[in-house]
Amino acid sequence: MIRMCLAIPAKVVNLKEDKAKVDFGEGVLREVNVTLVNAKVGDYVLVHAGYAIQVLSEKEAQETIQLWNEILDAEAETQQKQSVS
Amino acid sequence: MIEKSRFRDPDLAKRVAEKIHKLAPKEGTVKICHVCGTHEWTITHYGIRSLLPQNVEVIAGPGCPVCIVPASEFDEAVQLALKGVVVTCFGDVLRVPGSTMSLLDAKAEGADIRVVYSIADAVRMAEKEPSKEFAFFAVGFETTAPSTAVEIMGKPPENLSFLVSHRLIPPAMKLLVEMEDLSLNGFIAPGHVSTIIGLKPYEIFPKVYGMPTVVAGFEPLDILIGVYMILKQLSENKPRLENEYVRAVHWEGNMKAQELMRKVFDTVDGNWRGLGTIPSSKLNLYKNFAVYDAHLKHEVKVEKGVDIQKGCRCHLVVIGKIRPTECPLFMKACTPQKPVGACMVSTEGTCRIWAKAQLS
Repeated sequence: MIRMCLAIPAKVVNLKEDKAKVDFGEGVLREVNVTLVNAKVGDYVLVHAGYAIQVLSEKEAQETIQLWNEILDAEAETQQKQSVS
Repeated sequence: MIEKSRFRDPDLAKRVAEKIHKLAPKEGTVKICHVCGTHEWTITHYGIRSLLPQNVEVIAGPGCPVCIVPASEFDEAVQLALKGVVVTCFGDVLRVPGSTMSLLDAKAEGADIRVVYSIADAVRMAEKEPSKEFAFFAVGFETTAPSTAVEIMGKPPENLSFLVSHRLIPPAMKLLVEMEDLSLNGFIAPGHVSTIIGLKPYEIFPKVYGMPTVVAGFEPLDILIGVYMILKQLSENKPRLENEYVRAVHWEGNMKAQELMRKVFDTVDGNWRGLGTIPSSKLNLYKNFAVYDAHLKHEVKVEKGVDIQKGCRCHLVVIGKIRPTECPLFMKACTPQKPVGACMVSTEGTCRIWAKAQLS
């Protein structure tokens, strides 16, 4: 059963008009509709109920983790400074 | 793509949890509401609540699209099926109680009801059997509605019509924030709905209601960081709209999807199961798509149904007023095997998620 607000990332393997074959990992391939996105072969898309709803950005995924670390480090630094002063 | 494990890094999660404990107010409570079944699943499955300070509560709002469709619309689907129309639907919909019966009960009586993975499957089935009438029961929030719009714009076969039960999330969030006795302090906005609608529809929450609002993703760290960002806003007394889920959500959302939805659907006031009417919260087909409207084509209309079965407290669970464990039926008269309320049926229903995690 699908969860209806769940969307799963998959890699676009090939494209033909509004259909794409995508790889959910571990060899699970499925045809999805790509009308709603501008996806290229090699892109990661979020798939919801057989439709790609967004192209995922690898750059922004990297930046997310960087941002998390920055948040944590910045806080730690501030506290260190406070404890020194 | 980055490995999922990076978003589930237990050491990072521990450090974020420590920050959350430091940021949490020393007095009073903070109540943060999310509105997505998948957020509830992540929170429950990974035990996020156990990592939070006692006075920081995360509650589940009406984020299960199957749970909030009123019984009258299930009754219409049952009527269609009993009339001989083949009803296609997502699996979650099958066992949800209508006023007197579910689609599964109708199936047991011989009605032709078929579960599909995608609306595209429903279109293919109708194409393959042109002598039969088909209806697709279109349930879902903004994440799902664009796929219905794509198929309707793609001129589906004449023997297929649609029972459109799509609902919109921001109007429901407005209902919650205006409920004084719920006393919310922040929203975790739904990530996948937001991939479609973008951030703008949430602007009113910080601006008009002073409510910190953070769009978050679905990994455990996404949610912990979301909670952290809300607590930070509260500690600074600067409520604002922030996006934690930048890898999937952009300010403008999915404009192609929005344009298709605007072409196909009119926004009208809609009834939500157990919650009453929420202004501008339901999508209806525009008149120029009337040939695809199952109500008109097959003359089915149920004005009022029985939304809440005797003793069921789904209407309080869906707005986070009570926890599933506070319902007297939870895991007694109401179980995943024999559900009484919609919240115990859907895999996105709070009761079902809690039952599966054995939080009884």
